[in-house]
Formats: sequence, C-alpha cells, structure tokens
Amino acid sequence: MSTNSIPPLISATNLTCIREERLLFDQLNIAIYAGDIVQVEGSNGSGKTSLLRILSGLSQPYEGDVLFNEKLIGNCREEFHQNLLYLGHLAGVKGAMSAQENLHFNLALHGINNQASDIDCDNDIEATLAQVNLTEFEDSLASHLSAGQHRRIALARLYKSTAPIWILDEPFTAIDKQGIHALEQLFKAHIAQGGCIILTTHQDLFSIGLAQVKRITLDYGVDSDE
Amino acid sequence: MSSELRALHFQEKKIEEKKVNNKASAFMQVNQLSYRAAFLLVLKRDLTIAMRHKDDIINPLLFFVIVITLFPLGIGPETQTLSRIAPGIIWVAALLATLLSLDRLFKSDHDDGSLEQMLLSPQPVFILVLAKIFAHWLITGLPLILMAPLLAVLLHLNEQSYGALMLTLLLGTPVLSLLGAIGVALTVGIKKGGVLLSLLVLPLYIPILIFATSAIETAALGLPYSGQLAIIAALFFSSLTLAPFAVSAALKISTN
Repeated sequence: MSTNSIPPLISATNLTCIREERLLFDQLNIAIYAGDIVQVEGSNGSGKTSLLRILSGLSQPYEGDVLFNEKLIGNCREEFHQNLLYLGHLAGVKGAMSAQENLHFNLALHGINNQASDIDCDNDIEATLAQVNLTEFEDSLASHLSAGQHRRIALARLYKSTAPIWILDEPFTAIDKQGIHALEQLFKAHIAQGGCIILTTHQDLFSIGLAQVKRITLDYGVDSDE
Repeated sequence: MSSELRALHFQEKKIEEKKVNNKASAFMQVNQLSYRAAFLLVLKRDLTIAMRHKDDIINPLLFFVIVITLFPLGIGPETQTLSRIAPGIIWVAALLATLLSLDRLFKSDHDDGSLEQMLLSPQPVFILVLAKIFAHWLITGLPLILMAPLLAVLLHLNEQSYGALMLTLLLGTPVLSLLGAIGVALTVGIKKGGVLLSLLVLPLYIPILIFATSAIETAALGLPYSGQLAIIAALFFSSLTLAPFAVSAALKISTN
C-alpha cells in the first residue's frame, strides 16, 4: 500500500506497552488498510494480546495513540465499536444460556438482527449456528458444550458481522481442521469485501492459503530478557 | 515504454483501491439500539441467567432469614428488647445479604469474557451497567423487601413502623445495589477481591443504615419521618444518576 491517498482504517502511532515492568514494545507504528490481513507474531508473552487489546481500545497504551479513520478511538468510541469486532481469548459465552440465546444476545448487543420478527430472527440464528456446525446444539446450554463449541458460538458472530475491522485473538484455538478451513474462506471473503483482519495465531497462514498476509513481529520483550 | 506501463499499473491499482474503499463504506451501518432496547436486552439476559442459577436468588435471601431468626433465639423473647433492636437487625441483615450477593454482579461476566464484549459494544456502557444493576436489585433487593414484614413480626417490630420499614427498604436497597456495583467494578479484576470489596463498600453503606433505622425508630414514636426518608431518596436519586458512570469508568480500569 504505497499510496497515501486512502487513509488507513485503523492505525497506531508510537505505541509503547509496559506490563509488569517489562517493555513489550516500543514506538510501534502500524497502519492497516481496507483489504489487509495482518498476523501479529511473537513468542508467548511477547505482547500479542496486549497489542490487540490496545488496538481494540480495551487497554490503554503506556504511550501512543490508536486512530480509527484518523480520529482518536477515545473520541469516537461508539462509531469505532460499530466498526469493530473483537474476539479475545475468552469466548464471552454464558454457560447458563443456550447456544442460540448466546448468539442472539451477542448479535443484538452489537445491533444486528433487531428489526426482524422473533420467528425470522430465530430462523436466522439457527442458520448462522448451522454454518459453524452447531445444528443439533442450538438449545443445549453452553455449559454442556465443549471448549471448541464455545469458540464456534463466538465465531458464529463473524458470519453476521457488519463491522469492517476484525480483531481476533487466537481464533483457531480448539477449532478442528474443517472449522479452520471454513474460517479461512470467511477471512478471504471479508478481505475481498474491503474489511481488514488483525489476528494472532500460531497457525501458518501461508500454508492454509492466505497468501497476502502482512506480519507484525513482536520480539522486543523477549530480546531484552535474554 | 516501461514508465507508461508503470503508469498504467498505477492507475489500475488506484481503481482497485477505490473499489475496495467503496465496499468499505458499505460496511458503515448504524448498529445502535435505542437505549430502551439495550436496557431491556441486558435485563432479560441477566434475569434468564439468574432463573437458571436459582441459588443466586436463594442464597442472599436465606442468609437474610437465618440471621434475623437467630436473633430472637440468642437474645431471648422479650418483646421490648426485640422491638427496640428490630430496625437495626433487619437493616444490617439486608445490608450484609446484599454485600454477599454483590460479587455476582460482574464477576462471572468478567471471567468468561462477556464483560469485554459489553464494553466493546456500540451501546453506551452506562445503560448496560444500569440494566445489570437493576437486574441485581430485582434478584436480591426485591425478595428482601417482600420477606422483611414477615421477619419484622418475628422481632415484634412496632406496629407503627411497618410503613417506614417498607419505604426505607424500597428506597434504600437500590442504593445498596448501585453503590455496591462501584465497589465490584473496581475489584472485579482482582483474583481475591472479597475482603477489599467489603472494605470499600461498607463505609458507603453507613449513611443509609443510619437514616433508615432512624426513620423506623421515629415512626415507632408516632413522629413524622419524612426528613430521613427525603435524605434516603436524595441518596437514591444521586446514586441512580451518578453510579452508572462511575461503574463504567471503573470497569474500564479493571479490564485494562
């Protein structure tokens, strides 16, 4: 992306992050444009999750700014969150609610699926759950489901998302091979539509066919340790 | 020749990028719920969860009942002593029962990641927080209020005091939930924040306790207690308007 005519969807300037008196990254500059897929790399504890949390606005950086459409995310919180889908380490799935209720709540909270009538809405959610292979589990309580199925409930949101920016922390954890393949297709479609994806994973994205992956490598903290 | 080619290539690239940009703008939809819809959504969710974890509702209530029923056994059945200490006992028990149930307000949501998702939703956080606090009050405060007159009989509460007891509880228990939520929000990120929570929250509960028991005692003497009630109402409305903002700020710090 050599031309600067199009502003980046999300960018960060001079990010510095310090955790437990360890410098994780220093003066990091990132610009992510529509159509980008960015893989954040680094060994365990190198600050991948911290970076994603800072980019999503959940954590505050020690220094530096995160910009959405060239505006500080703190100044346009609601607009930014309308355009953001963040999935963290934790699936955000309630054990006491069924798969269907979980997905319905998560979608409704982000303003998706509200206009349809209840029956339409239920059918729609069933169809979305079918896309992540949870057809027979719609009504079972999430506490009876496996870790991989929890993750699938969370990932089902991706199929209904209207947000261009996806920030995904280890989306492939506990997902089987077929699931990874489906996700990869979904990522491709999302990029083709002009979205962007920032993710951490220990999967090799080149080998699964996502060729144009950009990389951000975090190794500052690790180097200073050695 | 080569420069021409490069220019052509550049043009193509620009067109491509324009396309991408146009599509990106198709993403920008308004996904905001009305405040009411967001409030009801979270309220319904929290009540559904509470209905499936019935012990969440029963535990504080049981604690309230047990503490109050133990007092006549420990102190003796003299009507005068009991009716003298009844307002204090009922209110202290209500206060401790609320404190016992506070942890649940954000803890499980924090542990399974749904709190993060709420903070990252395009809805204003204070609406979501207000809905959660209201759900907490419906689950713990309301049953306490309904049980209180029965237990007051057990303690020989003065007949003239029942109205005051109900009114102070009705205005006071929401304040307990609202103020408690600030403490929970501050300590939710800490592994064992139980003791810290009580240290933070109990001092904030003391004004309510003083004015509520004083109102009930005044009512027993047949005097007007509207002054104390007005102060409790003032505490209620100020915490209703200010606490949700404090809670959302505290949650942002806790999840940092």
